Amino acid sequence: MSAGTRVIGRARRRVDGRAKVTGQTRYADDLVLPRMLHAKLLRSPHPHARIVRVDVSRAAAHPGVHLVLTGDAFPIAYGVLPVSHDEHALCRDKVRFVGDPVAAVVARDESTAADAIELIDVEYELLRTLASPEDSLEHPEPRIHDYGDHGNVHKAVALQFGDVDGAIAGADRVFDDVFFYEGSTHLPIEQHAAVGAKDPDGKLVVYSSTQTPHYLHRALAKALDMPAAHIRVVATPNGGGFGGKSDPFNHEIVVAKAAWVLDRPVKICLTREEVFYCHRGRHPVQMRFRTGVTNDGKLTGLDLETLLDGGAYGSYGVASTFYTGALQTVTYRIPRYRFRGCRTFTNKPPCGPKRGHGTPQSRFGQEVQLDKIAEALQIDPADLRLRNIAPPDSLTANFLRVGTIGLAECIERVTARAGWREKFRRLPPGRGVGLACSSYLTGAGLPINWNDLPHSGVQLKLDRSGGVTAFSGATEIGQGSDDVLVACVAEVLGIDPHDIRAVTGDTDLTPVDLGSYSSRVTLMMGNAAVQAAERAREILATAVSARLDVPRDRLVFAGRRVFDASDPATGVTFQEAVCIAEAQVGTIGTTGSYAPPKSAAKFKGGGVGPSPTYSYSAAVVEVDVDPETGWIVVPRVWIAHDIGRALNPTLVRGQVEGSVYMGLGEALMEAQAFRRLPAKLSHALVHKFPSILEYKSPTSLDMPEIVTDLIEHPDPAGPFGAKEVGQGPLLPIMPAVANAVYDAVGVRIDEVPITPEKIVRALAARAAGKPARVGPTTFPAVDWPEPLLVTPPWEGGDGRASNEPPKKRTPSHGVDAGVEARAGVRR
Amino acid sequence: MTDIDAGGTRARLTLIVNGEPAEALIDARKTLLEALREDLQLTGTKHGCELGECGACAVLVDGEPILSCLALAIDYDGRAVTTIEGLASDGHLHPVQDACAELGGAQCGYCTPGILITAKALLDRDPQPTRERIREALSGNLCRCTGYLQIFEAIEAAAANLAAARPAPAKESR
Repeated sequence: MSAGTRVIGRARRRVDGRAKVTGQTRYADDLVLPRMLHAKLLRSPHPHARIVRVDVSRAAAHPGVHLVLTGDAFPIAYGVLPVSHDEHALCRDKVRFVGDPVAAVVARDESTAADAIELIDVEYELLRTLASPEDSLEHPEPRIHDYGDHGNVHKAVALQFGDVDGAIAGADRVFDDVFFYEGSTHLPIEQHAAVGAKDPDGKLVVYSSTQTPHYLHRALAKALDMPAAHIRVVATPNGGGFGGKSDPFNHEIVVAKAAWVLDRPVKICLTREEVFYCHRGRHPVQMRFRTGVTNDGKLTGLDLETLLDGGAYGSYGVASTFYTGALQTVTYRIPRYRFRGCRTFTNKPPCGPKRGHGTPQSRFGQEVQLDKIAEALQIDPADLRLRNIAPPDSLTANFLRVGTIGLAECIERVTARAGWREKFRRLPPGRGVGLACSSYLTGAGLPINWNDLPHSGVQLKLDRSGGVTAFSGATEIGQGSDDVLVACVAEVLGIDPHDIRAVTGDTDLTPVDLGSYSSRVTLMMGNAAVQAAERAREILATAVSARLDVPRDRLVFAGRRVFDASDPATGVTFQEAVCIAEAQVGTIGTTGSYAPPKSAAKFKGGGVGPSPTYSYSAAVVEVDVDPETGWIVVPRVWIAHDIGRALNPTLVRGQVEGSVYMGLGEALMEAQAFRRLPAKLSHALVHKFPSILEYKSPTSLDMPEIVTDLIEHPDPAGPFGAKEVGQGPLLPIMPAVANAVYDAVGVRIDEVPITPEKIVRALAARAAGKPARVGPTTFPAVDWPEPLLVTPPWEGGDGRASNEPPKKRTPSHGVDAGVEARAGVRR
Repeated sequence: MTDIDAGGTRARLTLIVNGEPAEALIDARKTLLEALREDLQLTGTKHGCELGECGACAVLVDGEPILSCLALAIDYDGRAVTTIEGLASDGHLHPVQDACAELGGAQCGYCTPGILITAKALLDRDPQPTRERIREALSGNLCRCTGYLQIFEAIEAAAANLAAARPAPAKESR
């Protein structure tokens, strides 16, 4: 798919490939600065306790210790969302989970710091542990936080689009199912690391393995009460992110503060155990889907409830909560819809955004329920889905504007490739296939900090060397954002990607990009890059046109030349073109910016879900299940992904396969699980296995064959037509596994992970004449707020809620991030 | 202030690293991983757990892959160690590096040094490994990005390129 393009659409070596295979990529922990010291954090051994006293005198006196910090040094709260600035870099009055940091030691080396944190004496007064959402709903006291909707409910939201009760009551059939999705963690192989330093000019610099240098920049300015213009954040290439490095973290703020106080560089690298405590991973979610359908398989209405186990802090949790209900209507046309979601605080490491952010849990529920509906109505699951696809360029019931939709083609392609019609319900016992679909945003339509500023900016510098430097705040986390940046510029300017130097993720040097999350970078940075490159091309074309006396619109930029389309021999090299232009107009620099279109949703909560365009995926998973042991092998996965256009097919395939891999991990084994210590110890709620060995993830031996099909119909919203690929292809995998297990052995595992033990349990239940199912049987009683009532577009709605008071929000720009933050936290 | 180790547990370590003699006065408690990264400035070798669980720290000792995070540095005094920095030679990438860069075998790149070291050891032992052999060889190296398939393909491509570069009889004997 590279018609008319020379770079875009061609499988290429990524621009940072050489650095990565030679070990020369410099990750945060690879940085060594002169006079550098090392920090360690003392973490709470209790899940919920008041800090009565912290005595650091012994640690401070320990040889080699330069500084000991406690919560007293960090009076100002921060957090990624303006509505939940609920973290302090070190806890001040209480600890909220095992692993919450209480004090920090800065010493000459790591082992001295590690020795010294043992010398800090902390006296705690233990508080009741809130171990689960049910616990938190039942016990409003003690409150984990003194803000939030009420008690230990962080946020409860309710939205209703049309008369959903009427739609369900009038349906031919109603399906009522509950599901549970266990939490899991990102497990990036790189442990988080950060280095703080004072630059020679007296300004603060923080190097960190962060996906979101812009948000870290804001958090540092606020938490340290320093002007943002005097702080530089450099995002080092991330050794894997998956959402786990998207929050500003306490350790980053600690090393910044320590470096500032000591006027020496200070580094911290978390241990693997600490990475499990940082978490911000997949929320465990309980779900109830009540769905009305007609006898011929048309969805008439959906009533969805979700209950999220948020862990100890806000993180992205309010957004995560809305995301559990945002995309059901994007995947399928649902005429009437009610969504109610509740996030509870619990005394566990905070949950946040993991690949798919809030949507995989309810995607699992919806896709497994569709499988049940298809069986009950005796409709093929592929046909059932094909009957419910929304029209392109339309609004959903909840006012999300959908652009191109390649879902039908994904389903048709993947079922044809998998031989679905020959296999489904036709394979021998123990073998089965399952189908599931999904959709995902290509970048969040609204910024986290509500303002009218661009979401992504790109600057280009061209000079007489013929060299081009592309500056962007986007962060390379392995997904290939540097490669997308240079590919877009190279295509427009007719040069090779390797001719371009990418300077990225540096708040001093690069224009703001909001960060590598929500699958936003390719579209947003890519569009900004194209705009900057087109402006540069205009400058060069004007100058070369005058020099060669060739009309501007006849000039072609290709093969490192600028030439006359009707006489290719008439032309100049790209370097000559830059020199001609530089002589004519002076120093050459251009910029590009991108901001998404305005959302159609005007109701509160409508800010989560809008996107410039959505990707679609369909997957068929094949399983072999041993009925004796319940052991599951996945030999093959077929996946089709509607990407609009693949900018670099090599990297795109890697994102699809990596998503399938991570989805299989969540489907089959991964669990961020907790246990109680024995009573004779502290009875504390602790992470069950904060180690890579025991937190099971798929290895090279577990990987199936994956057949990937890319559906490429360029979307007008994306650069060269591109949509996202980093997250969407993960989403159908977990439900497709569950549906395949049912096809293989006839038992429903309505929760993940789907383990051999659960299969054996379900088979035993069936043998005993009980329902052949493992999963939750009830959805907890939640005291829901009255829903905001929004009339769907096809019933004449204008995107506003009929029962919502008018908004009183004013846009706030980067300079007053603190104001909105203060307004957001009700204390 | 002078930083002197309280226990006085310094030790002189001599290694042949990537073909060159290297010497450092190290904390005797350090692992080979720490000595390489912190004392010899060879930060290409990575760590993901420091408990022998992820494979990111793999290096070759006398041609055999080991997990440097589980190796006490002074136990390897005098031994020949190959790290990721030693895979390329004469300005040319090793074929497995080249194929990995070309075919998407590295995404974030963090597990890549350990994977390439393991792959080189495999190819040295078994120049035409089957897919199954590659899977087994890499089963101790965790990668969270790729789903492994492009890594397998890179190793297979490297094997083919190495075979093509070898003298004809060796190729025909396969």
